[in-house]
Amino acid sequence: MKPEKEMEHFETPAAIPDEWFSWKEKDKEKMEEVSRPSLSYWQDAWRRLVKNKMAMLGLIFLVLLTIMAIFGPVISPYEVNRQDLPNQYQPPSMEHWFGTDNAGRDVFTRTWYGARISLFVGLVAALIDVTIGIIWGGISGYKGGRTDNVMMRMIEVLYGLPYLLVVILLLVVLGPSLGTIILALTITGWVGMARIVRGQVLQIKNYEFVLASKSFGTKTSRIIRKNLLPNTMGPIIVQMTLTVPSAIFAEAFLSFIGLGIQAPFASWGVMANDSLGAILSGNWWTLFFPAFFISFTMFAFNVLGDGLQDALDPKLRK
Amino acid sequence: MLKYIFKRLLIMIVTLWVIITLTFVLMVNIPGSPFNTDQSSNATVQANLEAHYNLDQPYYIQYLLYIKSIVTFEFGPSIKQPNQTVNDLLSRGFPISFELGIITIALAVVSGVLIGIIAALRHNGFLDYLTMGIAVLGISIPNFILATILIQQLAVNLEIFPAATWRSPAHMVLPILALATGPMAIIARLTRSTMLEVLTQDYIKMAKAKGLSPWKVIFKHALRNALMPVVTIMGTLFAGILTGTFVIEQIFAIPGMGRYFVESINQRDYPVIMGTTVFYSAFLIIMLFLVDIVYGILDPRIKMHQKGGRSR
Repeated sequence: MKPEKEMEHFETPAAIPDEWFSWKEKDKEKMEEVSRPSLSYWQDAWRRLVKNKMAMLGLIFLVLLTIMAIFGPVISPYEVNRQDLPNQYQPPSMEHWFGTDNAGRDVFTRTWYGARISLFVGLVAALIDVTIGIIWGGISGYKGGRTDNVMMRMIEVLYGLPYLLVVILLLVVLGPSLGTIILALTITGWVGMARIVRGQVLQIKNYEFVLASKSFGTKTSRIIRKNLLPNTMGPIIVQMTLTVPSAIFAEAFLSFIGLGIQAPFASWGVMANDSLGAILSGNWWTLFFPAFFISFTMFAFNVLGDGLQDALDPKLRK
Repeated sequence: MLKYIFKRLLIMIVTLWVIITLTFVLMVNIPGSPFNTDQSSNATVQANLEAHYNLDQPYYIQYLLYIKSIVTFEFGPSIKQPNQTVNDLLSRGFPISFELGIITIALAVVSGVLIGIIAALRHNGFLDYLTMGIAVLGISIPNFILATILIQQLAVNLEIFPAATWRSPAHMVLPILALATGPMAIIARLTRSTMLEVLTQDYIKMAKAKGLSPWKVIFKHALRNALMPVVTIMGTLFAGILTGTFVIEQIFAIPGMGRYFVESINQRDYPVIMGTTVFYSAFLIIMLFLVDIVYGILDPRIKMHQKGGRSR
């Protein structure tokens, strides 16, 4: 009840003219609308991700990097591998924005080519990991029992293998190239993803809505696709954002010990490795740009992964 | 507990077998004979050499001999440096690499845990943001880039520390710093997040309520549980530090095992690569096994649900 005092201030006009009113049709669709818009899981996650400043910084950086990886080499007047020995070690200037390296090649152009390779390696490796991981983990978790036992023992054995050592071993024999690097990175890399998917499936398959689906006689493949996978997507995406930087790091690391992508390709790792000596003679820009982009890309993926982890966690939903 | 150890032991042996078999299969499939170089293109010489290294035997005999040699800690000869075996390289390089690795791990664990605790206690405070900001950077900057920056700034520009080799404690500062920063950052972040979780639990309130000093509450009650996730990632950290020594030893010109390994990769000295990989892998797999056992001892819950209830 409003207090008397306030009621006094409320003055009704003597008469309200009829033309102020108009008849409205009944809106049958909106009759039962709830005032607050209902947010789907993904809309809500997105809303929370946007609030996370670090994660957005990472996301924006990655979007810009992708754009530059696609268009950078196109807008640059220089060719990636065009050597120009008289113009060796030019500091950054209007002509060469990031300077030139020991063979007079334009560092600006090479940086974006490196971005192409690093992002390509990272994304393809992550996608392959996800695909194998979902299939293996999904079957293992859903079937359970002896199948699960056998599949998990195999995973435990593979998980025990030192990741980078196996990669080195394979590359020594297969010879380093873009394809073999991705193959070597994924041959045991999917194991982590499979473990996560299995854990999730194991938990979700006992929920009532899956039981309901089963009691309608839904096929197993459909249950996995429609009931289980959408609900495991959160952890899978988080794991993916963390797989990409580890693949990028692995590629740079391999370049460093002489098993990286071979010329004429220029990955960030190769560029950094080539310019190790140059930094001591003061040509800092040859190392700075590839090093900065490796580090900042890994940083961006890491903070984005952290942000996604918080945003996609249903427990933190408000 | 015994059953748990036995199960882990079995998995460890299978893992060792997989890596040994993998190296063998790869070695056999390397195109060309390992002696197919200019100096020894003579057919008789080559046949003699192959007989000496049992390469004329059928594969299954070679395989058994290979397993026998590894079980007896004979990791094979070098084909690029005559009269050198992997064992020679190991006895020369491993102590140095081991020293580097052990100091790095000790530094990373102790400082990482301390930083994590401080950040958790100052949750959402200035120190928390500062340390966690640095930690994210520490995870993002690859160790070989950090090493170059350290050499450039601290050794060349300011001349505080020597830039390379491994002679005195002063020589050790930069390589250890470059190698330890990443693991330290990972441990700090992990300790902070589990510490935050643990600190809200009832038994901590209880410990505070009964009048224990803050130090005792943190180090005796909270830390014990907060450290469990740190123990689980120790295996991965060992592996990271070990592979890290490859590049760090290369950059700082440290005559350790990692440097010989990278050299053998660049020279395509296949027997050395394979032998060293088997040695490294065995070392890591055994470490992983020990970490699992320690985890089993520290976490009393493992005894209760041994049946696959554990997720690492």
